[in-house]
Amino acid sequence: MKPQDEAELAEAIRGAAGPLQVQGGGTRAVGRPVTGDRLDTTGLAGITLYEPGALTLVARAGTPLAEVEAALAAEGQRLAFEPPDWRGLLGTAGESTIGGVVAANASGPRRLVAGACRDALIGVRFVDGTGAVVKNGGRVMKNVTGYDLVKLMAGSWGTLGVLSELSFKVLPVPETAASVLLPGIGVADGVAAMAAAMGSPFEVSGAAWGPEGVALRLEGFAASVAYRVGRLCALLQGFGPVAVEEGAGATARRWAAVRDVADLAGRAGDLWRVAVKPSDAPGVVARIAGEVRLDWAGGLIWALVPEGTDLRAALAPLAGHATLMRAAPATRGRIAPFPPEPTPLAAIAAGLRARFDPRGILNPGLMG
Amino acid sequence: MDMPAPNPAILARKPRIVERLRAVLPQDAVIDDPAETRAYECDALSAYRCAPLAAVLPRSTAEVAAALRICHEEGVPVVPRGSGTSLAGGALPTADAVILGTSRLNRVLEVDYPNRFIRVEAGRTNLSVTGAVEADGFFYAPDPSSQLACAIAGNIAMNSGGAHCLKYGVTTNNLLGVTMVLMDGTVVEVGGAHLDAPGLDFLGVICGSEGQLGVVTEATLRILPKPEGARPVLMGFASNEVAGACVSDIIKAGVLPVAIEFMDRPCIRATEDFAHAGYPDCEALLIVEVEGSPAEIDEQLGVILQIARRHDPVELRESRSEDEAKKIWLGRKSAFGAMGQINDYMCLDGTIPVSSLPFVLRRIGEMSRAFGLDVGNVFHAGDGNMHPLILYNANKPGDLEKCEAFGAEILKLCVEVGGCLTGEHGVGIEKRDLMGVQFAPADLEAQMRVKDVFDPKWLLNPAKVFPLDATAARRAG
Repeated sequence: MKPQDEAELAEAIRGAAGPLQVQGGGTRAVGRPVTGDRLDTTGLAGITLYEPGALTLVARAGTPLAEVEAALAAEGQRLAFEPPDWRGLLGTAGESTIGGVVAANASGPRRLVAGACRDALIGVRFVDGTGAVVKNGGRVMKNVTGYDLVKLMAGSWGTLGVLSELSFKVLPVPETAASVLLPGIGVADGVAAMAAAMGSPFEVSGAAWGPEGVALRLEGFAASVAYRVGRLCALLQGFGPVAVEEGAGATARRWAAVRDVADLAGRAGDLWRVAVKPSDAPGVVARIAGEVRLDWAGGLIWALVPEGTDLRAALAPLAGHATLMRAAPATRGRIAPFPPEPTPLAAIAAGLRARFDPRGILNPGLMG
Repeated sequence: MDMPAPNPAILARKPRIVERLRAVLPQDAVIDDPAETRAYECDALSAYRCAPLAAVLPRSTAEVAAALRICHEEGVPVVPRGSGTSLAGGALPTADAVILGTSRLNRVLEVDYPNRFIRVEAGRTNLSVTGAVEADGFFYAPDPSSQLACAIAGNIAMNSGGAHCLKYGVTTNNLLGVTMVLMDGTVVEVGGAHLDAPGLDFLGVICGSEGQLGVVTEATLRILPKPEGARPVLMGFASNEVAGACVSDIIKAGVLPVAIEFMDRPCIRATEDFAHAGYPDCEALLIVEVEGSPAEIDEQLGVILQIARRHDPVELRESRSEDEAKKIWLGRKSAFGAMGQINDYMCLDGTIPVSSLPFVLRRIGEMSRAFGLDVGNVFHAGDGNMHPLILYNANKPGDLEKCEAFGAEILKLCVEVGGCLTGEHGVGIEKRDLMGVQFAPADLEAQMRVKDVFDPKWLLNPAKVFPLDATAARRAG
C-alpha cells in the first residue's frame, strides 16, 4: 500500500485486514521484526510551508530528509538536532524520510545542547489505528494548547499512529565551525574533559570521544569561534596536548562521522546504543567487551560487541538504558531490542497503544 | 466560565474524608476549616473563586501518594497546586475537590555540575532553582515572569516559557525527568539524568498536561553554564509593520538573540507614565538582547543594528553600562504593573506566526475600538507569543464579560492566522471553552484518551483543559 495523501492513508488504515508494517525509507530498521502488509509512506511527499523569517518548516511525512535539508540549506538554515544517517551503521539502503526521522526521534551530536528531534518538532498530523486523522501542536514554536502529543508521537516508531505531516522549528546555520581536539586521551580523562568543556560558557555544540581522543565542536560567527577556541584550549590545558581543527568543511566532515557513527559502520558484530549519565560512562565502558565510541559528552555510548551478546544483561543493573540497534533477526527475537519498562509504565504504554490502535495493527510488537 | 456543580455526596462525606486524610498525614498538613481553605479559593485568575473541600500540604512523595490513594478510593477530585500563580485558572478548585499543594516540597535533592542537572522537589520556586546554582556559575533557563513565586510543579504542569525561550526553549526542553504520583497512589519514575529513554515519551506528554495526569513531586532539570555576559539594545519604529519586518530580518540573518521583546504604543505610553524608563515616543519598540563575551556581543549587536538601520528606526539605543542595560529592561519589566495602574486587565498569551504580526496587531486595534476597551501589546516577538493586555473595570457591571468576549475574539484570530490559543500560560478554565476553535473533535478525543489511561476515573483537575460538555460522560465515571 502506498497512499498518496492523508485521506488515502486514513482509508488504507481503516480498511486494513491485519497488521501493517509502516515504513518510510526503511533506513532505520530497529526493533523487533514486524510481519504484516507494507504501508509505504513515501507517497506523502513535499514541503508544504517554509517561512525562513519565522524559523518554521512544514513537510509531509514521506518527504526525503535530503529534500528538507536542501531547502533549508538554500536559506542558510538547518534542523538543529542533526538527524543521523544510519544507513551505513544499520546496513540499510534507501532514502531516509522526515517521518522516519521523527518516528525514531533520531538525533545527532547537537542533541546535547540543541535538544532532540522531539524538541524541534512543533506540530504533527497523523492517522491513528482506527483511521481517524488527528492533529496536535501546530506551526508556532510556543504552544501549550492541550496535551503535547507531538512529543508522544516522536520516537513512537509508528505504533500509535502513522505520521502524515510534521512541523519543525529550524535554526540558522552558523557562519563557521571548528573543533578542539584532545588527541589520544583515555576514556576517563576524556569524559572529565568533556564535562569541563560543557560546564564552560563557551557554547560547545558537540562533545565526542573515541580511541583517537576527544573532539569538541564550536560554532558561530568567525571571530566568536576564534575567541572561544582560544578560551577552551586554555581551559583544557591540564588534560594534555590540545589541537585545533579549523574550517567549516573539515568540521562538517568530522561531525558527520560522529553523527553517523561511521567508525562502527559495516563491521561484524551486534550494535548497542546505551544512554547513561555522562560521568557514569567510563565505568560502564569498562564493563563492555567490545569497541565503543561516546557522544553527548559521554551520555551516549555506541558499542560494537560479538554477535548474540546480551549487553543489557551484562550491564545490569544500569542507571540508564540499553537498546539493541543492529543484530540478526533471531537475536532481535531473543533479546528485546528496546529495554523493558517497569510495570506501571509498561501498563501505561499498553493502555495508550490499546486506545490509539485498538486493533493492534500498527507495527505490532516493534517496540516490545 | 462554568464549573461543574459539586457532588453533594462528596460534600456530605467531608468529615470522613478529612478524617481519613488526617490519619495518614501530619496534623498540620490537612486544612479543612472554611476560614483557612479560602486561601486556596483561586489562583492568579482571581475573577473566579471557590473554596475547596479541604487542602493537603504533604512534605514527601510518600505523603502525596497516601493522600491521593484516599481521594482515589473516596472518588474525590484533586486539584494540584504549585504556587497558585496560574493566569488561566489551572489551580481553581471546586467545592467538592481537595487541593493538593506542593509548597512544602521545596528541597534541593541533588546538584550535579559535571552532568549539568539539578534534582529538586517540585514545590520549589523557579527562581530559587537558579539561586541554588548561580554562585557556581550555572542557571535554570525557563524564566516565566512570575519566577519569584511560581513553583517548578506548576511550570511542568503548564510547560511554562519566559522571555528567553527563543534560545533556551521552554520547560519541556529543559526537563530531564520526574517522579510522579498517579491518582491511585502509584509512584512512577520517568526519565532521569540520562537522555531520551526509548519507549514512548511519557515525559513529553506529562509536561504541559496541567496536572491532569499525575502529581509531579520531584524533577530533574537541566542547568546551563551562565554566559559571560548579556546586553540589550532598544529600537523604536514608526509602525508595527516595520518593527515586525525587522524581527524577521534579524532572525533570517543568522543571529539568534536570547530575547526579542516587542511593545506597541499604548503599552509604551503606560510604562512611560509608570516607570519613566525614557522610552522613545513611537509606534513600536523592540528590545533585543544577545549573549556572550564583550567582543561577541559587539559583533552580534553590530549585525542587528545594521539590520535595524535599514528599517529607518526612530531611535536606536545601545547600553554601555549595566545601568543603561537595566534602564532598557525597566519599562518592559514593569509593563504589566503599569497597565495594572490604569485599570484591571486580562492578559492573553496566544501565539501567532511571526509573519502575521502586523496584520494581527491591526485587527486587535480595530476590535479594541469596536469593543470600547483599550488594549496594550507586549510580547515575545521572536517566537510570536503575544501578550495583549485588555483593560477593563472589574467594578463596572458587564465589563468583565465584555473583556472576555474581546479576549476570545483575539484568540480566535490567533488560531485563524495559523497560531494557537496559548503559548505559555496554559488552557486551564480560561481557554477551555475555546478549544473547539483550534481542535476538531478527533484531536480532542486523542488527548482525552491519554487522560483515560493515566487517570481512568478523571479525578485529577477534571474540569480543566477540555470543554465541559466533551468531558461530562468521563467525569461522571
